[in-house]
Amino acid sequence: MLRLSKLNKYYRIATHSLHVLRDVDLDIAEGEMVAIMGASGSGKSTLLNILGILDDYDSGEYWIGDTLIKGLTERKAANYRNRFIGFVFQSFNLLPFKTALENVALPLYYQGVTRRKRNSIAMQYLDRVGLKDWADHTPAEMSGGQKQRVAIARALIGKPRMILADEPTGALDSTTSGEIMDLLAEINREGVTVLIVTHDPEVAARTPRTIRIHDGKIMNAEDAPPHVVVPVAPAGPPEPAVS
Amino acid sequence: MGATFLPLVLLSSVVIVFGTLWLIGTLPHVRPRDALAVVQVAFATFVSMFSLDRWLEVFDTIRRNKLRTVLTAVSVAWGIFVMVVLLGMGQGLNNGIRYSFRSEAQNVVFIHTGRTSVPYAGYNVGRKLTFQNRDYDRAATVKGIDHIDGSFYITGGQFGGGEMKVQRGTKSNAFGVQSVFPGDYYTGAYAIQEGRYLNTADIVTLRKAAVIGRPVRDYLFGHADATTGSGDGGVDDPIGQWIVVGGVAFEVVGVFTMEGSEEEERVVYIPATTAQLAFNGADRLGAISFTVGNADAATTKAITREVVGQLAEAHQFSPDDKQAARVFDTVEGFEHFTKFFLAISIFVLVIGLGTLAAGVVGVSNIMMIAVKERTREIGIRKALGATPVSIVAMIVQEAVFLTSIAGLLGLAGGVMFLGAIPHFIDTEMIKDPAVRVSVGVLAAVGLVIAGALAGFVPARAAAKVNPVQTLRDA
Repeated sequence: MLRLSKLNKYYRIATHSLHVLRDVDLDIAEGEMVAIMGASGSGKSTLLNILGILDDYDSGEYWIGDTLIKGLTERKAANYRNRFIGFVFQSFNLLPFKTALENVALPLYYQGVTRRKRNSIAMQYLDRVGLKDWADHTPAEMSGGQKQRVAIARALIGKPRMILADEPTGALDSTTSGEIMDLLAEINREGVTVLIVTHDPEVAARTPRTIRIHDGKIMNAEDAPPHVVVPVAPAGPPEPAVS
Repeated sequence: MGATFLPLVLLSSVVIVFGTLWLIGTLPHVRPRDALAVVQVAFATFVSMFSLDRWLEVFDTIRRNKLRTVLTAVSVAWGIFVMVVLLGMGQGLNNGIRYSFRSEAQNVVFIHTGRTSVPYAGYNVGRKLTFQNRDYDRAATVKGIDHIDGSFYITGGQFGGGEMKVQRGTKSNAFGVQSVFPGDYYTGAYAIQEGRYLNTADIVTLRKAAVIGRPVRDYLFGHADATTGSGDGGVDDPIGQWIVVGGVAFEVVGVFTMEGSEEEERVVYIPATTAQLAFNGADRLGAISFTVGNADAATTKAITREVVGQLAEAHQFSPDDKQAARVFDTVEGFEHFTKFFLAISIFVLVIGLGTLAAGVVGVSNIMMIAVKERTREIGIRKALGATPVSIVAMIVQEAVFLTSIAGLLGLAGGVMFLGAIPHFIDTEMIKDPAVRVSVGVLAAVGLVIAGALAGFVPARAAAKVNPVQTLRDA
């Protein structure tokens, strides 16, 4: 579903060239749930930018399905981003002046869906993350966990091929973190590929596969074979219902 | 700013708008290859002007960010308000000074009859000349002459200003009496207070019409007795009343004033042709005078030479005889005032352009701050699949909409304020403060364009930047 081969990325600062991603090979199958771990400065963010089609790379290839993501125009990149990827951020990044419903509906605005239609679709997704009653509230009136649920609903509404979550639990307490991870796992069980960038081992422990990145290199991608699709529920006590 | 200034105003406005943007660092960020982006954004903005959904999005943003909206709108409206008021005041100052010096700043040529001092065509020196009505008619055909006047010297004085007895009922006094043509209104620079000045019909029909100065009216028609001061001080309406000038009855058709010159107001003007008939003047004229518009010294001299040449030919005197036709003109004074007015116009222009520059800085500043505040929003929209062009177009559309509305309000407020000024300030120095609609609209459009550009540059920068770092900061 998602394949990186011999991918290299440099940052040029004045006369110096910084080699941030070195021959990265990565294969993620449809429906996988993967954690990408690495210290700061490891190239994690750069990888996230490239996976999110927010940045280009210097050599190698990046495939989403059978689409090569390389040297795209800004318009095409925006289009692929809109269709392939749903973002979830640590700081939620909801538009503060819009209601939960409008925030969820925003990706459909950029797909040219009419206002009435996108609002009704957004309501279904809000319902799915259990926040139907909060549709008319602004982010300022919601808790961190609720905001992240809204963000997840927003990431899902465009029916993306994958969810790209950047430290999705970084701003949440452990109980809420657990709930958000449960929600992501549930989404994954429904067939959506989920990539979580994190430095939190507890989060990584809840994903079937963990990729470690160090100094721009994938360290143990071979530890877990890429073809493994894990529909197994995590161990431990029964989780509280999320929806 | 006169009409001749308009191209200069346009040019310098463009220089000021872009110069200021360059100075404050907006323009250096616009590189040649960005020109394409400007075109793309302009096109995208234009297209989205017809998109209801986009307008709803823009209105939504404006409505939900009240403080930012109000601050932006107020600063833009204030900038345009101040600019309009200053431009108008500058124009008022210009008008006021022009008005104050209007009589001194006339470009008038007087030609008086005299005695020949050069033998010519067999005639000896010392011959006394007299102009005639046909000289007036001939001179009137000379190109470059704006208004022409001639005068019959009733009492034979040097400048026709001899006093005559003027009476109404029991009141009588000696006032200057001058016989003139309608063009005298322009060569003399009067202001009509009541009624009208003499017109061509008066001349043609030999009407016994008279225009009297304000002191003449006050004396003849005032209730207060000139010697005792008794009476209620009121003044009868003189228009249509009859007065007796030198034993002949004339109907008063108007009252004139000439500010700052009481002596020149103590005069009665009557039609030259009527005076010639009534006071045994045949068709004699003692002087011919004319205005030459805005002609410079050389042109004025040339026109004068042509008129004198006509007179010399008709009356058989040497065209170079300075004594036969004595010429007096105000062209040097006129040129002096022309330069003075030019200086004032430049001063007003500098005020206007300075204010425009300040307005550009103000509008640009608020736009940059507004965009900076939206860096995160731009990042979010980008991550959700918005193209950079659509983001920038949305911000530019919002900016143009907001600055246009605010600019219109500022323009209207400024115009209303200018209209109210004369009610509060009563001074000769400022008269009819106003901006021409074209100048005001031009200035406002300049500010809107500057605002759009000033919003475009940081918005484009923000839309280009990879948003992940921005979106990571909590």
